[in-house]
Amino acid sequence: MSLYNWLNERIALESMTKFAKKKQVPVFYGTVWYYLGGVSLFLFIIQVVTGILLILYYQPGATTAFESVKFIVSKVEFGWLMREVHSWSANLFILFIFLHMFTVYFAKAYRKPRELTWYSGIFLLALAMFFGFSGYLLPWNELAFFATKVGSDIAGAIPVVGDFLLRLLRAGDEVSGATLTRFYGIHVAILPAVFTVLLGIHLALVQSQGMSVPPEQEHLAEDKRKYMPFFPNFALRDLLFWLIILNVIALLAVFFPWELGTKADPLASAPAGIRPEWYFMFMFQTLKLIPAHVLFIEGELFGILMFAMGGIIWFLVPVLDKKANQNIRSKLWKWIGIMLVIYIIVMTVWGYMV
Amino acid sequence: MSKQNRKKFLDIILGAGATAWFASILYPISKYLIPPDIADANVTSIEVGPEIEFKRGSSKIVRFGRKPVIIIRRKNGDLKAFAATCTHLDCNVQFKNETEQIWCACHNGFYDLEGKNISGPPPRPLAKYIVRVARGIIVISSEDMA
Ligand code: HEM
Ligand code: FES
Repeated sequence: MSLYNWLNERIALESMTKFAKKKQVPVFYGTVWYYLGGVSLFLFIIQVVTGILLILYYQPGATTAFESVKFIVSKVEFGWLMREVHSWSANLFILFIFLHMFTVYFAKAYRKPRELTWYSGIFLLALAMFFGFSGYLLPWNELAFFATKVGSDIAGAIPVVGDFLLRLLRAGDEVSGATLTRFYGIHVAILPAVFTVLLGIHLALVQSQGMSVPPEQEHLAEDKRKYMPFFPNFALRDLLFWLIILNVIALLAVFFPWELGTKADPLASAPAGIRPEWYFMFMFQTLKLIPAHVLFIEGELFGILMFAMGGIIWFLVPVLDKKANQNIRSKLWKWIGIMLVIYIIVMTVWGYMV
Repeated sequence: MSKQNRKKFLDIILGAGATAWFASILYPISKYLIPPDIADANVTSIEVGPEIEFKRGSSKIVRFGRKPVIIIRRKNGDLKAFAATCTHLDCNVQFKNETEQIWCACHNGFYDLEGKNISGPPPRPLAKYIVRVARGIIVISSEDMA
């Protein structure tokens, strides 16, 4: 194989293939969780590919955005497919990041030495949600317009920096064409760049540290534990999952298309049924339930402070869960995780019922 | 100067230099990100149109500078104008003629026709605007002008 040799003499291919072959993936009841991160990665790749294709026809601006998306889905060949895949894959992307996060949480994979992997993962989730928030406005339809007004207004209620943040997001005091231009820049340039760097760090950490196993597995004697080689055994299974996901997306895109809705009009009254994307629903529903005033502060601010606190605690789990580093499962953190999952599901379902 | 002190001194110079260097990059970027004020932000009054064309029991939202303002004509002919953005989370409100109330569809907030928040999540009343009719033309002006 002369090409292999040619390359090997220049870029040390041998050490890479050796690494891939040496890498072992633990086999136990939780092996299937290891696919979730990979699926998230695949969905991101789909977003990058379809997103770049959409850029070729999409025109930001209050008078052109809606029309250009309409053009994409009605005139451009397979334009509808690109938009549908981008929209569906965006939603699955966030769903899989959530699933991935909760499985590594319950497997205690955040314990030493993988704290940095957890931190980078939380940042990636936040960025993914910002991806969704900024992308949602781009078709410039009524639903997205008011959802963005509400979303950025919530950011504006944050103490001290709120005012700056609101104007930073909206590029002015109101959601307007300037906001759209800004969201476009954030969506197609800033976020992809930052996300790619962080994802690189996240993956490098995973590769260099290997797969983590839950405490019970680690307690087992070495001869009781099973492994499979990462390459080709695990990598091929990864690929199979990706193929299934791609088919699921194709089915969803064809049978459950996303509607474009009506064009945004800043001088129209908000219609009933304004709602954010589903992954913001649990927070949105909570804000809705909080009364106008709690104690002496506005309900909105109260809600924001609660979520900020919750987010910081969740982020700092590797530091706060002291037992995990001794390979002990703490009951407290297990129940916090379970309650959080229940809370998110209940609030989300509730949000869609009313 | 001892060797120790000299090292400390150089550390401070280096640290201050790096900080100043960063600040000189971040300052223009943070300023650049906030867009300049546009002239039409300081509108103090606008003409809405002829009074006779404005049906009783109807409403419309007009642009006042960069802000949407809702103007309402009651059943009895009275004219009212308020900021159209809900004090809760900024959705545009609408006029309910049957109950003579202002309603926000986003989270079911209600205001009366004085702009007062009467139920639902809105924490504050809607800002009022002054409505005059001059030679048959409806004119809205902001309160601080009067
Ligand atoms: C490099 C990466 C990406 C590029 C270049 C890109 C580009 C675009 C463009 C041009 C649009 C406007 C066209 C349209 O609305 O159909 C759009 C919409 C959108 N994007 Fe992305 N995108 C990228 C990644 C992502 C990611 C990672 C998400 C994940 C949450 C996402 C979520 C969305 C959503 C929800 C929409 C609105 C879709 C719609 O309703 O039409 N995008 N994107
Ligand atoms: S924005 Fe009007 S009630 Fe929430």
